[in-house]
Amino acid sequence: MNYLSVDNNVLVSLLGLFGLLILSSLITALLIKINPEKNYTELSQRIKSWWVMVTIFTLAMLLSRNVSLVFFGLISFLAIKEYLSIIPTRRADRRVLFWVYMAIPLQYYWVSIEWYGMFIIFIPVYMFLFLPMRMVIIGETKDFLRAVGTLHWGLMTMVFSISHVAFLLVLQPTEKFAAGGAGLVLFLIFLTQFNDVAQFVWGKMLGKHKIIPKVSPNKTWEGFLGGVFTTTLFSVMLSGVLTPLSLKLSIIAGLLISTAGFIGDVTISALKRDIGVKDSGSLLPGHGGILDRVDSLTYSAPLFFHFIYYFYY
Amino acid sequence: MNKLLRFIYFRIVIRIVVMVVLGLNIRHREKLPQKGPAIIVANHNSHLDTMVLMTLLPGHLLPVTKPVAAMDYFLRNPVLAWFAINIVGILPISRKRENKEDDPLAPCYNSLKNNNVLIFFPEGSRGEPENFSSFKGGIAKLAEMHPEVPIVPVFLHGLGKALPKGEALLVPFFCDIFVGDALYGTGSRNEFMEQLELSMAALAGEGQFSSWE
Repeated sequence: MNYLSVDNNVLVSLLGLFGLLILSSLITALLIKINPEKNYTELSQRIKSWWVMVTIFTLAMLLSRNVSLVFFGLISFLAIKEYLSIIPTRRADRRVLFWVYMAIPLQYYWVSIEWYGMFIIFIPVYMFLFLPMRMVIIGETKDFLRAVGTLHWGLMTMVFSISHVAFLLVLQPTEKFAAGGAGLVLFLIFLTQFNDVAQFVWGKMLGKHKIIPKVSPNKTWEGFLGGVFTTTLFSVMLSGVLTPLSLKLSIIAGLLISTAGFIGDVTISALKRDIGVKDSGSLLPGHGGILDRVDSLTYSAPLFFHFIYYFYY
Repeated sequence: MNKLLRFIYFRIVIRIVVMVVLGLNIRHREKLPQKGPAIIVANHNSHLDTMVLMTLLPGHLLPVTKPVAAMDYFLRNPVLAWFAINIVGILPISRKRENKEDDPLAPCYNSLKNNNVLIFFPEGSRGEPENFSSFKGGIAKLAEMHPEVPIVPVFLHGLGKALPKGEALLVPFFCDIFVGDALYGTGSRNEFMEQLELSMAALAGEGQFSSWE
């Protein structure tokens, strides 16, 4: 089966997504009209980038299963390229970096042939053992530990974690649950990204008590809890359409995705703070780089995947 | 025919490599020259430097853009020479003087008179990756001879990491390209060199780069 027979529920949800985009564009236009003296450049830039991202994502989801897999592979590639471009690397490791990049097509290939066993150990075991060996053959020992540590953390975060979204996609639909992998992917990505926005909006409206000032001074308890609440509400509403989750499990999924998303977000913030960059790149106007967009997903994707996998597969 | 090949090479092949494999972060792109004659001056760490600068310029400038390059290196064998002259479109200059009256930069003067855009690497050759070597004086002489021609400094970072001197394996990195304000010849070569070096140092200071050793 090469083509995703896209389920009606998935199609309707994608349409709903575009409805949401139109709504936010209208609200922005209205805001600009009401307060012409205020500067909404970043907001409208952000929404424009959302239009581009949602359109590409929708196309990737609708065209075929393999196009979707290539799309997620490309996200891993862009994310790890951004990561390797901002962290200190060693000149001697050029050939090691080459293998870090080569791990991406391999990892997504395991997904495409639905070889779960290989998918789940390839990076944590084989790449984990291979990269230090390749470094030792080159023989540069200065900063060896920093190099193996940073490279493997990057692979785990940007490739292993994100490839869980791709494995969600290839999970087969069951009798009672027709939306299949596409439904799960849409559910996870929508809730993760929506949670980011919700936390931001709640934080702007009510934010007072800083939650983790050393890492992310703008994040507040009010924003975090508001996000968790809103995301869980949406999880309950959408789970019937896109997932096989029962009410109880859909509440847990909502709590899991929103909390994990928050942790992923602040983890990448800590990385950027350590290196001393504000944005990881300039790929997405208004958002920063691709790392700034997939940060939450690096935590929510593997956790949501194993949650679903444990209960339903 | 060669014109078509050159167009395909830069506008399609190199563009894909630069946009997909590398990825650029460009600041002040609007300061790049929009018409010839002009000179683009950049630090030089990789063969990719020329390729990236060529793709950044507006399409209509492609036929008139010429990277100034060392004759002894690029014309050392017939295949490379054909590629360098017809596809990359270099303006070959000699690094040695035959006699005292001989001016290695003479081809540049002619080229600027024909409204060409020159890409000039004052370091002379690709230095140690991601390190500045000091600029040679040729650019100051060009500025003195053509005070009306804008000289646009461009700072490149990351390309030397992606493909350093002596390596054939390209490793993807996002690259930074910072374009500065155009400079003009002032009459004093020393003063011009000082200005140019200050301008490059200021551009380099705009970025924040992690170590690469």
